Amino acid sequence: MEESKTKRKTVMSGAMQQFCDVQSCVEVSAKTFLLRFISPEIAASAQPGQFVNVLAAETGEGPLLRRPFSISRIDGDIVELLFHAIGKGTILLSRKRNGESIDVLGPLGQPFRIDTDYNTALIIAGGIGVAPFPFLTSSLQNLGKRLETFLGYRNDKQIVTSHLKNVHIATDDGSKGFHGNVVQLVEPFIDQKDLGKVKIFACGPTVMLKALSELAKRNNICCEVSLEGHMACGVGLCQGCPVERTGDGAKYALVCKDGPIFLTTDVIL
Amino acid sequence: MDAPTKNEVKTSFTLCGVEFKNRVFVASGTFGYGDEVRTLVDANQLGGIFTKSLSWKPRAGNPPPRIVETASGMLNSIGLANIGVHVFIEQKLPYLRELDTRIIANIAASSLEEYCDVLRLLEQQEGISAYEINVSCPNVREGGLNFGTDCSMTGKITASLRKLTKKVLIIKLTPNVTHISEFAHVVEAEGADAVSVINTLIGMAIDIKTRKPKLSTITGGLSGPAIKPVALAKVYEVAKSVKIPIFGIGGIASAEDALEFLLAGATAVQVGTMNFVDPAISVKIAADLETYARENGISDLGMLVGTLNADLKFSVLQSWL
Repeated sequence: MEESKTKRKTVMSGAMQQFCDVQSCVEVSAKTFLLRFISPEIAASAQPGQFVNVLAAETGEGPLLRRPFSISRIDGDIVELLFHAIGKGTILLSRKRNGESIDVLGPLGQPFRIDTDYNTALIIAGGIGVAPFPFLTSSLQNLGKRLETFLGYRNDKQIVTSHLKNVHIATDDGSKGFHGNVVQLVEPFIDQKDLGKVKIFACGPTVMLKALSELAKRNNICCEVSLEGHMACGVGLCQGCPVERTGDGAKYALVCKDGPIFLTTDVIL
Repeated sequence: MDAPTKNEVKTSFTLCGVEFKNRVFVASGTFGYGDEVRTLVDANQLGGIFTKSLSWKPRAGNPPPRIVETASGMLNSIGLANIGVHVFIEQKLPYLRELDTRIIANIAASSLEEYCDVLRLLEQQEGISAYEINVSCPNVREGGLNFGTDCSMTGKITASLRKLTKKVLIIKLTPNVTHISEFAHVVEAEGADAVSVINTLIGMAIDIKTRKPKLSTITGGLSGPAIKPVALAKVYEVAKSVKIPIFGIGGIASAEDALEFLLAGATAVQVGTMNFVDPAISVKIAADLETYARENGISDLGMLVGTLNADLKFSVLQSWL
């Protein structure tokens, strides 16, 4: 918990704007797509938790604004995005095929703080909130951290577990794994003595993050969350994505520039 | 220096003795304080930067959701979130001052006194070439649009600020009035050097599932390509009624869009919402304008300002294609 008092070193934007070739885009579970695009530059500079802001079509041919996506995984020169195709922008993106290109701005935002003092990382995701965690998983493994992953879904149709480790699943309807929500699944787990010092990394619906934030507070565990926000630019120009801060000083932080990763002690969810 | 060649294009223009290197600017509130995108765009290639609105004290802005995309545009309700003029002077102006472009400080306030206080403080600083006065923000309760839709108040603010500065004074007008030209006329009479036309149009979007508005303030300001035809008509209306220069704003996304504004009567243009989509778009537009002029034998883009062809006999195909 002491981390919240030390000011995080802000990652200065090394963002670039590029037209990137799509290598593939496939549906990996219900309405969930994995898009792979080629960018040696973004692949080399991105850190887990950062995002890209993507324009899937030329002006006038689709939505006006970019859409933000967590970087899901880096595979050599390839950057992977995992997303739900649920609106105009994401459906358009889901139809991209090999040889087509997308306009990408990134890498953007502040990454997860992985190199801090803890023994066991608990990755906790709700639904498509799993997106940033394959990337985080590989970085945590490189650091030699112990790792347990908890995924919550409505049902067994949406499950994505690729490139994750030690996965525990909860479904709302009980169609797979634990019958209940992911916070209920994780709660008894954190009482295990052999975990050492625990840190939570989470992404998902606000209601889930809020419950986790309270769980972390009760157990004195450091908890970092990846937040979403309505944003246009992704770089701090439009001021469209405020999240309320705790403590003194400015009332709001911006999800795009100050986040998307926040300590739960720093924001009001 | 080489002698001017036949194809040399004059991109610069002068306003009240201040030279601007070209006619493409970035609009207030769409380019932050310039430093956010320093790795993505070379602001030195612009005519100037209109800063995010500055008020006396910092403003937190409105609660989320603050923005929503609509057809070819976006609604925003930022609520003039800004760091305040003091922090601006301390933390942002030193960076802006070093740029090789003009800095225009945009001022927003909730009282006449606040406008005057902010301007007086900025008058003591180096590096600011002009002021743009925001009397037309639709997203704040006090000031903002209350001032901009009141002709006598708009005139009073202009007159008061005119007394405080000899620098270029630009008033940013709202389209949310019956006749924008009346407001332009008043600010011209009170000594404004130019007007910016237009600020956002009041708009609204509703989520039919929740039956809630999509913005926390219910209504917000519409911007982007959706408003370009409206903005052009407002620029045209203002150009017919005043002699002072016009900064045309509204959905500009290309050099062709910018040219339409020049033809309608704008001396220069501000690129706004499209900066969110492509932070470097203003620089591309400036370069494309120069190329257009060179390829079309136009030695000075100023020659195009207000040259709408008034011959209203059309060939049907020409006007449709």
